[in-house]
Amino acid sequence: MSMRRLSPVLVMVAGLIGLWYLAAVPMNVHEVLTAAERGGAEVSPPSAMERRDMGNWALVLRNPEHLGASWSSQRPRLPAPHVVLVELYESTIDEELNGRRGLVRSGSLSNRSLVYHGLVTLNATFVGFLIGAGLGILLAVGIVHSRVMDMSVMPWAIVSQTIPIVALAPMIIVVLYSIGVQGLLPKAVISAYLSFFPVVVGMVKGLRSPDGMQLDLMRTYNADAATVLWKLRLPASVPYLFASLKIAIAASLVGAIVGELPVQQGGLGARMLAGSYYGQTAQIWAALLVAAALAAVLVWAIGAAERRALRRMGMMA
Amino acid sequence: MSGVVAALGVWAAGFGLNLWLANGPVREARATRLAVPLIFGLTLLAMWELLVRGLGVPAVILPPPSQIAATFAGNLPLLWRDFVQTILKGALGGYVIGCSAAFLTALLVDRYDYLRRGLLPLGNFMAALPIVGTAPILVMWFGFGWQSKAAVVVLMVFFPMLVNTVAGLSETSAMQRDLMRTYAAGWGQTLRHLRLPAAMPFVFNGLKICTTLALIGAIVAEFFGSPTLGLGFRISTSIGQLDLGMVWSAILVAALAGTFFYGLVSLIERRVTFWHASQRGH
Repeated sequence: MSMRRLSPVLVMVAGLIGLWYLAAVPMNVHEVLTAAERGGAEVSPPSAMERRDMGNWALVLRNPEHLGASWSSQRPRLPAPHVVLVELYESTIDEELNGRRGLVRSGSLSNRSLVYHGLVTLNATFVGFLIGAGLGILLAVGIVHSRVMDMSVMPWAIVSQTIPIVALAPMIIVVLYSIGVQGLLPKAVISAYLSFFPVVVGMVKGLRSPDGMQLDLMRTYNADAATVLWKLRLPASVPYLFASLKIAIAASLVGAIVGELPVQQGGLGARMLAGSYYGQTAQIWAALLVAAALAAVLVWAIGAAERRALRRMGMMA
Repeated sequence: MSGVVAALGVWAAGFGLNLWLANGPVREARATRLAVPLIFGLTLLAMWELLVRGLGVPAVILPPPSQIAATFAGNLPLLWRDFVQTILKGALGGYVIGCSAAFLTALLVDRYDYLRRGLLPLGNFMAALPIVGTAPILVMWFGFGWQSKAAVVVLMVFFPMLVNTVAGLSETSAMQRDLMRTYAAGWGQTLRHLRLPAAMPFVFNGLKICTTLALIGAIVAEFFGSPTLGLGFRISTSIGQLDLGMVWSAILVAALAGTFFYGLVSLIERRVTFWHASQRGH
């Protein structure tokens, strides 16, 4: 990427990180002052009761000398970026090498590292995405071609999506477990469902995007429905397809993560919930960062495929 | 066994009726448009009821629709309070704040090229992130009330809306923009008369995606802590009590709310973007 394109992004990212450090001061001020008081320092006001009722900024202004600990607090409400990075390092590379189940002590990769949890989530994401996107494309083609399908299924495809399927996750997992299905498949079902809707809506829109003039031209060629589909509708829908695939893979990742909340059997969702139970904010943020990196790589891969496809089709300069 | 046979019979009858309605002499009637999805839905419901009864599926795995309807009708005041808490306060509040903030940001991003080059890659990146994962953090910060749910929804809808609006604003062709220049139209006039109308299909696409996201955000955030009401709270506690009738009732409320919400946005879309190819021809 050229410097000209990169520099504005870097400036924005640096600005956000600066804001993050700044925000950590008022966010953590209560914990920092409590810790300073325990360490024998004088804080103002001295009673914890009074401090509890005061605003964050007021406390910051009255205790400027104690704020240095804001970025290294033991139980921060907002951990500073470098604290999250240290946690990330410890739970990936350090855990894989030196952890109790790491390479040095057991000779195999650790099943407690974020790498392992990330792969668990990634598997469910992939399986769900392939099922959801495949079914979505098929249904969209059906809807555009069959009047009875369009009229009967399309309204329900929309309605069914307004069911927050992620809320069903615990139930789906319990029900599938009771009929003997567990592990990857229940999560993939949730992922598939979440990635299904964007693809159906995007593809129906894309397949209907050729305007009357183009359809009329196909008619003058006496083209049948299959030819119109292959030569006009599908090529015209490609930009819409990729746009919705990017949304779909991201939704699929969300589905896998939420699907991991009810059963603590590994995965990034399980890590986040564990962190939330034990007040380990740095652990939540580290899991979030890994999830973000996964999402970025997945969407980037689809974006790369999109650029290649559109360039070869002559739809992009 | 008779339940299964009856279910198959219902399926054949419903499908046959729909085929005739959709392709027969009344295919263009307004009533047909309404009747076909209704018949499809009723067929599915009847099959669900007959299959669950015919195969003797335990109610803790899948309750029949009649039982769900009875639970729903018997707990209307309770479900109404959940609806107000989760949908009207959490989801709708966050949706309005998040979407309008994203729209205004998109105008800024579009106006200043530096912001565009800096924020758009970030926005694209953030739109793809599993933002619902911030729910435990936001609940920790904003407390158990509806404010933390609205905060999750704001974060969830902001970036998809931003990316869609910015994409829409760059939808005009060079020829069209040149025409506006030959009219000596300023940035504001070009925006109002050319680029905003051209952006509307994308804006509404974003708004429609966000309706679903808002519901998901508000409900999932309740799994991480809520007062003793709300749809997410109802779902998670009822699963604990194996009261699946109540779980499905809460989901029914969410589904009805979501459908209404989505339908309302689609209706406005049809009014605003009547000229777009996807809105014509059907």
